[in-house]
Amino acid sequence: MAKVPVQFTLNGSERAEFVESGSTLLAALRDKMGDTSPKGGCLQGTCGACTVMVDGELRLSCLTLAETCNDAQIRTTAGLANGEVLHPLQRAFEDAFAAQCGFCTPGMIMAAAALLERNPNPDRADVVEAISGNVCRCTGYEPIIQAVLLAARANSTSAA
Amino acid sequence: MAVKRGRGVAAVNYPTGMNLGGDPTQALVHSTPTGSFMVTLSSVDLGQGLKQIMAQICAETIGVPTESVTVDTADTDTGPHCMGTFASRGTHRAGNAVIQAAREARQVMLEVAAEELEVNASDLDTDGSGNIHVKGAPSRSISIFDTALAAHFKHGRSISGRGMFLVPRSYPETETGAMKPSTCYAHACTVAEVEVDEETGEVVVLSVKNVFEIGRALNPKMVEQQLVGGSWMGISHALYETTEPYYPDRHHGARDYNEYLMPGPGDLAETEIAVLERPSGDGPFGAKGPGEMCANPQIPAVANAIFDAVGVRVDTLPITPERVLRALKQRDAGAAA
Ligand code: FES
Ligand code: FES
Repeated sequence: MAKVPVQFTLNGSERAEFVESGSTLLAALRDKMGDTSPKGGCLQGTCGACTVMVDGELRLSCLTLAETCNDAQIRTTAGLANGEVLHPLQRAFEDAFAAQCGFCTPGMIMAAAALLERNPNPDRADVVEAISGNVCRCTGYEPIIQAVLLAARANSTSAA
Repeated sequence: MAVKRGRGVAAVNYPTGMNLGGDPTQALVHSTPTGSFMVTLSSVDLGQGLKQIMAQICAETIGVPTESVTVDTADTDTGPHCMGTFASRGTHRAGNAVIQAAREARQVMLEVAAEELEVNASDLDTDGSGNIHVKGAPSRSISIFDTALAAHFKHGRSISGRGMFLVPRSYPETETGAMKPSTCYAHACTVAEVEVDEETGEVVVLSVKNVFEIGRALNPKMVEQQLVGGSWMGISHALYETTEPYYPDRHHGARDYNEYLMPGPGDLAETEIAVLERPSGDGPFGAKGPGEMCANPQIPAVANAIFDAVGVRVDTLPITPERVLRALKQRDAGAAA
């Protein structure tokens, strides 16, 4: 199959690659660009493990064609930390023991990051709604809900 | 027709590990030249926290900080043998093997330190933060860093140890048929409260209150994490999950996450967890295996709560609205007859 060029900004850096036409953004990120933070759980849009942000919107990278992302701003969990300093959500997931196997965690964190960007003071129902497209087999969700609420509180105290 | 409430209770005894033909796990421990320690295992960490727990067990036994222990579980082809991480056996079996290996390594480490300090190894102790000193004379000490260097470059000794833990095969007694399938039991009890809609057959779990007796919680936060996740999973088994909803008919099974049902973040029951610790006789630092047990008592507790609510016994899992409705129909037919 024909190779096509794709070019976008990934976590702040310009990236360009040739990919198979029709290949997914998930494959481009993981196999071509070495960002393995988005996970392939189902490859059909039902688990949320591959969640990334494209131009500020949540997207399932397993259902997004790489070649539709030209010139886009793409963010993944790998770009959240600021050097050694973890993103408040990463910190909160650690503090609330919200990961076990960790396979759902990058998708959960992206879903939560998108929530906190549009609503810095979510209540429990907002958090539940925000992560309801993401499947977790291990935690029973409660620790994840608590982690997101914790990160929101941490954000609002540091902003105050 | 109405929504009825019910409450059910169930308790379980849960064996740690299995006993088909003997249940062994092996561990190797060695020091690097600079006095950090490696634990090599074939037991796999799939998110339950085995690596952290083995690092704690090794560190506690040798007398070093947990941070100076690395656990490698990389390769079952080349690593020391383990039956596997299943049957809630990881902490118990691998933990005991690690203790044995770490004790042997500690002994060599103390012998080398004794040479360096010109004392008897039996007079030495560790301070838990990287040093070895003469008992009662803390100033006569050597760091584990220097001890490991001396072992490697001066004494030609390997600070290492081998560990093997085996629960031997148990055969039934010919006379009575009695056997000992496990050496160590964890316990759990759940009280579940449900609402059953007699019109739709839908069951909502309002709350589960769980008590787990797990021997000793080697890492209380990680134990809690497993118990909370496991309790959710128990409810999921009781009401949602199946690959063959009409077993033995193989049709109509779920093919993906859309069809394979589990409670989502919006379907959570109010969950309480209490941990009781009654250290086991043969567990590492008293630990038992609570891993799988934590998803068990919710299932009969929910079934009992449904019986309490609407008087029907559904004995096939998962307890779907369809099964509840069929049972209610039968109940009402019986009442009419
Ligand atoms: S891998 Fe994309 S939703 Fe599951
Ligand atoms: S932590 Fe394992 S799937 Fe969520």
